Order: sequence, then C-alpha cells, then structure tokens
Amino acid sequence: MTLSIKKVQETAYLARIAMSDAELNRCHHEIEQIFTLIDQLQAVDTKGITPLAHPQASQQRTVADKVTESDQHEKFQALAPAKQLDYYLVPQVIE
Amino acid sequence: MHFKSLTELKLALQKKEVSSHELVSHYLKRIERFNPQLNAFITVTGENALQEAQKADALRARDPENAPPLLGLPMAHKDLFCTDGVKTSCASKMLDNFIAPYDATVVTQCRDAGLITLGKTNMDEFAMGSSNENSFYGPVANPWNTDYVPGGSSGGSAAAVAAGLIPAATGTDTGGSIRQPAALCGITGLKPTYGRVSRYGMVAFASSLDQGGPFAKSAEDVALLLNAMVGFDERDSTSLNVPVEDYTQHLNRSIEGLKIGLPKEYFNHVSGPMQKTLEEALKVLEKLGATLVEISLPHADLAIPTYYVLAPAECSSNLSRYDGVRYGYRCENPRDLNDLYLRSRGEGFGTEVKRRILIGTYVLSAGYYDAYYLQAQKTRQLIKQDFDEAFKKVDAIASPTTPTPAFKIGEKVSDPVTMYQCDIYTLALNLAGLPGLSMPAGFIDGLPVGLQLMGHYMQESKLLNIAHQYQCHSDWHQQHPTAME
Repeated sequence: MTLSIKKVQETAYLARIAMSDAELNRCHHEIEQIFTLIDQLQAVDTKGITPLAHPQASQQRTVADKVTESDQHEKFQALAPAKQLDYYLVPQVIE
Repeated sequence: MHFKSLTELKLALQKKEVSSHELVSHYLKRIERFNPQLNAFITVTGENALQEAQKADALRARDPENAPPLLGLPMAHKDLFCTDGVKTSCASKMLDNFIAPYDATVVTQCRDAGLITLGKTNMDEFAMGSSNENSFYGPVANPWNTDYVPGGSSGGSAAAVAAGLIPAATGTDTGGSIRQPAALCGITGLKPTYGRVSRYGMVAFASSLDQGGPFAKSAEDVALLLNAMVGFDERDSTSLNVPVEDYTQHLNRSIEGLKIGLPKEYFNHVSGPMQKTLEEALKVLEKLGATLVEISLPHADLAIPTYYVLAPAECSSNLSRYDGVRYGYRCENPRDLNDLYLRSRGEGFGTEVKRRILIGTYVLSAGYYDAYYLQAQKTRQLIKQDFDEAFKKVDAIASPTTPTPAFKIGEKVSDPVTMYQCDIYTLALNLAGLPGLSMPAGFIDGLPVGLQLMGHYMQESKLLNIAHQYQCHSDWHQQHPTAME
C-alpha cells in the first residue's frame, strides 16, 4: 500500500510523538515496507470467522466493590517530574 | 560453581556445602567481571542481595525444615518487572528515572520462594525487538561470541544465564522474547500458557500476548523457577484461576508413546546445517519412544502479518500512558500541554518503539480499523484453530525456534522487516495463547541452536517432561562459553 509522508505525519501527531523531518522520512520508508508485509492479510478470506480479541474464552472477572488499597499518594507522587501540594504540574491549559 | 545448575546449587545449600552469602558474593563478582563485555545487567542490587543472603543463611540455620523451596538461590529479573525501590527502566529513556513504587507479583512470588534478586537485566526497549539492540543502555552481547546478538527482547536475562552470571532469570514473551534468546544463547526458556503467570507489575507491551516466564540452563531448573512464578492473582484480570501444579513432578516420566507433531509449513523452510542439527535432536526423541508425525498448520504464514498488526495496535494503547505528566521522562521547557506530550514522547521513546506505536495508531484509526485490526483478529482465530486441530492428533509440536543461529550485532538493525522474520516460528504461539519452550539442540559454527516444543493449554508439565528426557540423553544444555570461564 502507498502511504504518504503526510499520513505518517498525521499519525505521529495522533500518537503525540514529535518527529524531525529526517526521522519522518526514514520512518515513512520503513513503515511502507512493514505495510507490504501486513497487507498480505487483505488477501485472506475471513468470511464467517469470529474475531479473536483474546486467547482466553472467558468473561471478564469482576471484584467486590470495596476498598482494598491504602493511600500511598506521597510515594507515587515522589516520581512526578513537577508537582505542587497534591497536584501534578503541567503547562497552563485554561486561560 | 557458576556453571552448576539451579538444582545442584539448591542441593549444595541444603547440604551446607556452600552458604547463600558465598553463592551471592561469587555471582556478584562474576557480574562485575563480565558485565562490561556483555552489558547484560542494567542495575545490580549487590548490597541488598548480600543482606538477603545473610538472612537466608540465618533462616536456614534456625528452621531448615520450613525453609522456602528456593531459599538463598540467586536470580535476576528482566527490567520490565516492577521492583519496589529499584530502578525499572524497560531499557527506555522514558523510564530511565523511574524507581518502581511497588513489586510485580512475579517479584513478590520469587522472593516468597526464597530467591534473591541480584539485579535487573537489559532488554529491548519496552520488549520490542528480537536482538537486544534496541536498548537505551546499549546492546547486549552473546556470551558465545560477543560480536553476535543474544536475541531479544529478553537478551540480558538469556546472556546472563548462559554466561554463568546467574543460574536463573525471568523474562517476558510477547512474540518469542523468551524462546528466541534462549535458543540463541544455548539455554532453556519457557513461555507459559497465557494467564498462567500474573502480569501485575509487568510493564505492558501487548496485553493479550504478553506472558512472563523462566530462563535457566535446563528444563529441571526451569520447572523449579516456574513453580515460583505461577498462580492466580486477583490483581491481574487475565490471571487464570486454576490449580497450581508442581512442574518438577512429572519430569522423569517416560515419553514412550507420545506423538510429537512436525508442522510441514515450518520444516519446509529448514535446510542445511539447521536441518541436520534439528534432525539429530528429533532422533533422540524417537529413540526415547516418541513418534514423530507430520502435521499441518495451514495458516502458519499469516502469523507475522497478524502479529505486526495486533501487537503494535495494543502497544500504541499501552504506551499512551507515557505522557511526561505523572512519572518518567519529561521534555524541558514545554510551551504548552500538547508540546509536553509531543516532545516528551518524541524524545523519550526509541526508534523501534515509535515505529510500532505509529503502525498501531494507524491500524486502529478511523477508516482502517476494519481492514487491518479486525481482519487481524480474524486471522488470529484461524491460527488458533490450526493449533486446536493439530492437538487433536498430537501431544506436542516440535519446530525450530529460530530460522538461523545468532546474527552479528548491527546486521539487521536497519531492516525492520528482516528483523521481524526472526520470530517466524515463535509468534503463532502467542497469538493462540499456548505454552512453548526452547531447549539447546546443538551448535552451528560455534553458535547455539534451539529446538522449540509447543503444547496445548496448561501443558507446561508435558513440555518440561519431554525437554528433561531429551536433556537426560544429550548434553547441549551443559555446554558453556569457554570465554566466560
């Protein structure tokens, strides 16, 4: 399949991954090659075949609606790149 | 001492021929000596390991009857398993500064079994790769020839065990990442049935394919570590709630009368020294009474394209959590929130990871979902059905683990499609959720070759039995690289 550089750029933005022009060009070429491999699936007749999302033929298990974890927010927030009080800091979003 | 099996070391500790402290000290010295060449470890937790070893020795002296089964034995974890208070990087710049705030269930279970962690092993970034050349911390070298790759993505664990830096280690397998490096490094590695080992705390790559498993020198050793790793976990919604068995129990059963299938679609592509090596290995199984049966897996050639739609799709979703906000790498001076996301992810991820995220994002996007993702889910069903049919006729399936022995570092890194072909024999098992094992079967030009055994659901015991019987009548698994002596 033919994939334009513009499409790769749009997809990179959708995935929120910044790429330089050189990186985009290289990536475009490599992804086109990979899609040549993937496109083999288009020739397969899958009429009447149930999609398999998961190897286990089982229902999603549920758990009782009760608190089992303890408050460890200080431990987890110690990893934050930027924080203040109990908030994670990011560039201003709302004027 | 360092090329003794886990089983031998366990006995030596029980007989007090060696202390855990001596054992751990010895392996730490080996790591210090050889890791600069191999780059198998990202983090070494020496101080903690020695303290744990002292505690293990004290416990054994105080209450030997009630000692945990693997008390005082050293091991390592692939750097994909969260380890409380210890860096867990997934070999990525994105998590270079990440100190895990909790233990993965596998880590907890191994510790409860008495095992002592000596460190975290190198890997392909976020488990994406087949050569361990995609690590932020540099490639791992194969101990049999350091110009060659160890395989991936669990290359560090495989290299460390093969080089005698550790007797056992954990890995993860999403498309072959335990079995392939086991084959290329001349050791035994097993991918359990999907759901057999908890994925809680095991950083996700592709959630319907990922499975943690053990590496060691032999099937007997793998069975010991697997015993520690398996079990139902409430915190993993895909964990199988089935009884745990003792995987060492049936190792010594005769394999007389077992039918072992040989998929013609796999063996049609095998020739030359690889064919000769595998035929010799299969003859051993025949001499032990197994019957070799030609079988067909008609949709075998769909495994690679199916996997390279589904795995990237799942990874694009799983890796969307890395946004520079709550943990991990954040770019400097982001202009706005969008720029924070774009540059943190653009700078934090490596090339292969970005490539797979882009493929996954594309195949899930509007207008392409049906043609790619839905179609791949249907071909996944076809692949699974092939195995269901095959296992009506045979007890296990044998195949090459890899198309070739290890290749040179740098040989395939700029050609992703050629790299993806390395997993041609391993991917299908992950798509079907079945267990598989690779064991050493010989050498070609001084580099190890592996034979893969595949089983039906929950048949790990049968695979280990076949492998152990093979290893009782061969000695490939006892070889070790002389350069690492």
